[in-house]
Amino acid sequence: MSHLLREHAPITEESWGRIDEEARERLTPALAARKLVDFSGPLGWQHSATNLGRVATVKAPFTGISAEQRRVLPLVEARASFAVTRAELADSDRGAEDIDFADLDRAAHDLAVAENAAVFHGWKAAGIVGIAEAAPHKPIALGNDCERYPRHVAMAIEQLLAAGIDGPYGLALGPKAHELVLESSEHGGVLLLDHLRKILAGPLVWAPGVEGAVVVSLRGGDFLFESGEDISVGYLAHDADAVQLYLEESFSFRVATPEAAFALTP
Amino acid sequence: MGADQYHEPPDELPAETRTFARLSASLTEEAEAIGWYEQRLAVESDREALAIMRDAQGEEFKHFCMDLEFLLRRTPLWREIARGILFQEGDIVEHGEEAEEQAVEGAAAHGAPLSGSASLGIGSLRGAVQ
Repeated sequence: MSHLLREHAPITEESWGRIDEEARERLTPALAARKLVDFSGPLGWQHSATNLGRVATVKAPFTGISAEQRRVLPLVEARASFAVTRAELADSDRGAEDIDFADLDRAAHDLAVAENAAVFHGWKAAGIVGIAEAAPHKPIALGNDCERYPRHVAMAIEQLLAAGIDGPYGLALGPKAHELVLESSEHGGVLLLDHLRKILAGPLVWAPGVEGAVVVSLRGGDFLFESGEDISVGYLAHDADAVQLYLEESFSFRVATPEAAFALTP
Repeated sequence: MGADQYHEPPDELPAETRTFARLSASLTEEAEAIGWYEQRLAVESDREALAIMRDAQGEEFKHFCMDLEFLLRRTPLWREIARGILFQEGDIVEHGEEAEEQAVEGAAAHGAPLSGSASLGIGSLRGAVQ
């Protein structure tokens, strides 16, 4: 039995399948970081830390002994709790197609936002430095005039090239900027979206949890997401009315090449 | 059969793995039955008996395929390899080697879930958007 304790939940195999499918469908569009950074793993729930390949000197209270201690980045366990009513689960087993998974959908969004925010803006308490805060280039303000976005992105790429960072490039766009891009069309009816994709030679990604936007190189080896346990649904408790469940993952993230990203502030 | 289908202590196995083992055992039994009917059909001369056994073998074909489809749905890597081999014209061994190489490399690059894991299997989404 795994630590998720799924076997203890009063949930049929059929309903577990629906819960997992709903979670997968809600998470996949929102997990922007996984569309742009290197992903390694999953390495399992018992994987606790990422090897940084570095050491720190430690005092050794023994005669004739010098010592160094390995430095690691501990994985963070992120959990988003939600509930499903037992009445809805019973209806699911009867074959109902319109099961109310609103709380699961909220939890999936929360977890995706947390993962994106940790990767792009950092999570200080968890020891994670985000891509935007690590980038050494002076940020450009994105602003609300989205017709200027292609110019901003082109300037960002110009700076990355000047730093010796090759493409293709990807763009993580915060929800507000993404909405502006989707709504707009430039002179001659050319969609701004297509124009930006051509400049980047890579994807443009809706990134809830991102403030402004971030241009990243997709050449690989620059941004490293390490998964311990990939996102899973676990069981917490239940009563006569509802089952308490949670979405959970363990991960670490580190920036290997800070110069490979350019932040565009809101 | 009982617990014979398990290679490891059943109470240490997750429910999903026990179900997987049951269907794997069922797949083996259906394949055996298909082979037995093939032999019986080869030696039988009574037309009525032949008709019944052909019908029975057809049932075993169906059962085998249902078991296989279940197992493939639960094992994305196996499914990916099967996709490169089944219903393809040409050299079976060649298709097998290519399918295995592509599927294993693809799974490693996309963060395929660990065996026995109950994760959602999302992994990497690189390449999921244009």
